[in-house]
Amino acid sequence: MHRFWKRLAGALIPAALAASAAEAEPLIWGIQVEQAEYRIGEGSDVAAWDFDVLAGSDELKVVWRSEGEYATGEEAFETLENQLRLQTPVTDFFDAVAGVRLDTPKGPDRIHGVIGLHGLTRQWFEVDADLFVSDHPSFRFEVEYEGLITNRIVFVPSIEFDLPFTDDAATGQGAFGPTLEVGGRISYDLVDRLVSPYVGVHYERKFGETADLARADGEEAGAVFFVIGTRFMF
Amino acid sequence: MRNFAIALAAATLVLGAGAGAVSAGEYEITVDRVGIDTGDFTRTGVGFNGASPGPVLRFREGEDVTIRVTNNLTESTSIHWHGLILPYQQDGVPGISYPGIPAGETFTYRFPIVQSGTYWFHSHTGFQEPDGAYGAIVIEPKEPEPYAWDREYVVQLADAHPHSGNRIMRNLKMMPDYYNRKQRTLFDFLGDAEDKGFGAALSDRKAWGDMRMMPTDIEDLQGFTPLINGKGPAQNWTGLFSPGERVRLRFINSSAMTYFDIRIPGLEMTVVQADGNEVQPVVVDEFRIAVAETFDVIVEPKDDRAYTIFAESMGRTAYGRGTLAPREGMASEVPALRQAPLLTMADMGMAHGEHGGMDGDMAHAAMGHEPPKPEAVDHSKMDHSAMGHDAPKPEAMDQSKMDHAAMGHDAPKPEAMDDSEMDHAAMGHGESEPLRGPDPFYAPGSGLKPEAADGGRFLSYADLKARAPLYPHRPATREIELELTGNMERYTWSINGVKYADAEPIRLQYGERVRFKFVNTTMMTHPMHLHGMWSILDNGSGEWNPIKHVISVAPGTTVYMETEVDAPGQWAFHCHLSYHADAGMFRKVIVEGGPPEEAADLAERERG
Repeated sequence: MHRFWKRLAGALIPAALAASAAEAEPLIWGIQVEQAEYRIGEGSDVAAWDFDVLAGSDELKVVWRSEGEYATGEEAFETLENQLRLQTPVTDFFDAVAGVRLDTPKGPDRIHGVIGLHGLTRQWFEVDADLFVSDHPSFRFEVEYEGLITNRIVFVPSIEFDLPFTDDAATGQGAFGPTLEVGGRISYDLVDRLVSPYVGVHYERKFGETADLARADGEEAGAVFFVIGTRFMF
Repeated sequence: MRNFAIALAAATLVLGAGAGAVSAGEYEITVDRVGIDTGDFTRTGVGFNGASPGPVLRFREGEDVTIRVTNNLTESTSIHWHGLILPYQQDGVPGISYPGIPAGETFTYRFPIVQSGTYWFHSHTGFQEPDGAYGAIVIEPKEPEPYAWDREYVVQLADAHPHSGNRIMRNLKMMPDYYNRKQRTLFDFLGDAEDKGFGAALSDRKAWGDMRMMPTDIEDLQGFTPLINGKGPAQNWTGLFSPGERVRLRFINSSAMTYFDIRIPGLEMTVVQADGNEVQPVVVDEFRIAVAETFDVIVEPKDDRAYTIFAESMGRTAYGRGTLAPREGMASEVPALRQAPLLTMADMGMAHGEHGGMDGDMAHAAMGHEPPKPEAVDHSKMDHSAMGHDAPKPEAMDQSKMDHAAMGHDAPKPEAMDDSEMDHAAMGHGESEPLRGPDPFYAPGSGLKPEAADGGRFLSYADLKARAPLYPHRPATREIELELTGNMERYTWSINGVKYADAEPIRLQYGERVRFKFVNTTMMTHPMHLHGMWSILDNGSGEWNPIKHVISVAPGTTVYMETEVDAPGQWAFHCHLSYHADAGMFRKVIVEGGPPEEAADLAERERG
């Protein structure tokens, strides 16, 4: 962590003094929308998104990460979370992440601290591993792979695994009852890499206590969706 | 409209200057927002005197020039005179030579022209050069050149991109492979599996995947349209000739990011100058021009027909095309792009770790480069065994310093002179093609090593010999190792693992002769450019080593250049790939000492 704070200071202080350095580095910023999609299933349809908005330098970026699922039938957010993350390189291919996560779906709000790792493993797997620290701690692991069918048609399989460590009945989480999401999306780079529409399938399954809570609530523990959406990068 | 009219008037003035309409040595240049039409797309960019490319400035060796540069942009600008030897305050690099030229202001450059040959000029501010701010310089020599030609053309290449430089950089930082549309796909994999078996294809994929690198990382930036003198392939720039004439072509690569392989099917090219300096003539069928290099060639089209000037990008993603023809409107066949190369493990510098001897140094030794003195031999070996190029940077640095101290680099050894003569005897330049050994400027087994399209002769750096040495040959007084480093996945580029923003300047002493050792540990080719002083490429020709301003360093190789430190002041030293330089593969060089007034001025500047 020592290195992290040094970098934080290093990144923030020169920004203010940039005028003195002829080689002041420009701000890096961008928007990466991994998912902006409509999920069509047997039950209620869902509009979902997953994006990062980032700004900073090679050494330190501030990232606003937002994920949400809005059930169109119920007209309510099944999940709605926003994270404000600081991200700094710790190895050639991995960044350390620290920040806060605010959940405001239907039901009670939750605030967590976030610490995690974000990066690229051997064989090109894009990985996020986050520990959420609060009264209701949990762990999340996401992995994604970009398989090039051609240089414009890309198959993106993804897995997300959420593991709550304590019961939180109000949000439907049972201790050590994981939620698994598996997806496969085929996209086409329509305009550069700016807009890449896709179709795919999305599967969600709750296990253990979390599944029991869902069933008690009259929901299925698992569901398959057909998805249509677009990636967006600017 | 008014700006345009002014620019037009200024352009006329400059053209007039060449014809002697204005008093000699006075030039006016405006920096303007301009429209660029490549035939594939149009965009706005930055140009000089209302156009991109800007004018061809014609200077005469021995004259003093005064160039008033007026900035019509709404942002700061600059002009750097690429390859020109001049006082550092006139070099035109913001933050090093001067603060730049603010919007709406005029800066007057004054410097003597102390050289001749083909050069170019460009903005050194932001991404104005990729956005179109470049022009050509032709300097007439005092003494006539030792070869004849009937007419000449500047052939200035560029890689115009529909995206602005700022946007390209941002995209690369967000997604380093944003512009790489030559990546290995499922179909490539299936093809490989068919060709060499599923197991081999899979293990190849695995090897690259383990490194998180791509064998297709040859052109960071694709999707550009190559231009010749501002014209895209469809617009077909044409130079006229009469059959039987000798035509001198002054090739300048003003691209932001693109190396070109150049040939004129049906014509041999006699290379007479490299980077503005005379070389002993070499007849070739094709040559590779690194970003920012210049090569002058003479061709003799004898037939009454058109000849295509074909400039294929090194990654084979695009080509520039022009024509030499007896009459306007003629065209010749345009060749197809050859198959895109793939990097190999040799280009990845894997050889460094696995077999210490198989990198560029080895190639040097193989060329008869290996000095005869035991201590010198030790030096090359020690660097090798001790350094471990994939070792973490700080140690590598320390060791290089230790090597220096231990090896007595600063004590010039007159005996070292001998090695140049040895080289000559051993190297056998000018032998016919089959007798030429492997090109020492590519890693053995490199996927990048070029071959002439029809089996002819492809120019190698090893072929270049100065016609006359500019400096008395002497051993270097010390060696500085510069490891070219980067992280493709983060799009960070650096030298010795440190990017410009975090780096200390390189300090040189006036009067010394410094030997630079470039060790390229990245997967990309870097054209290294030192401002203000000549870069003498060590290609084993000793006293006839060619004198250049850009030294291209291929992946997985080690290349040496020497510099006579004869220009006090502070200078830029960087990779000439625009986005690599901007990302940090850049250094400030401070030359300390020298004539008292210069030294005092420099000290003042350093304090201020």
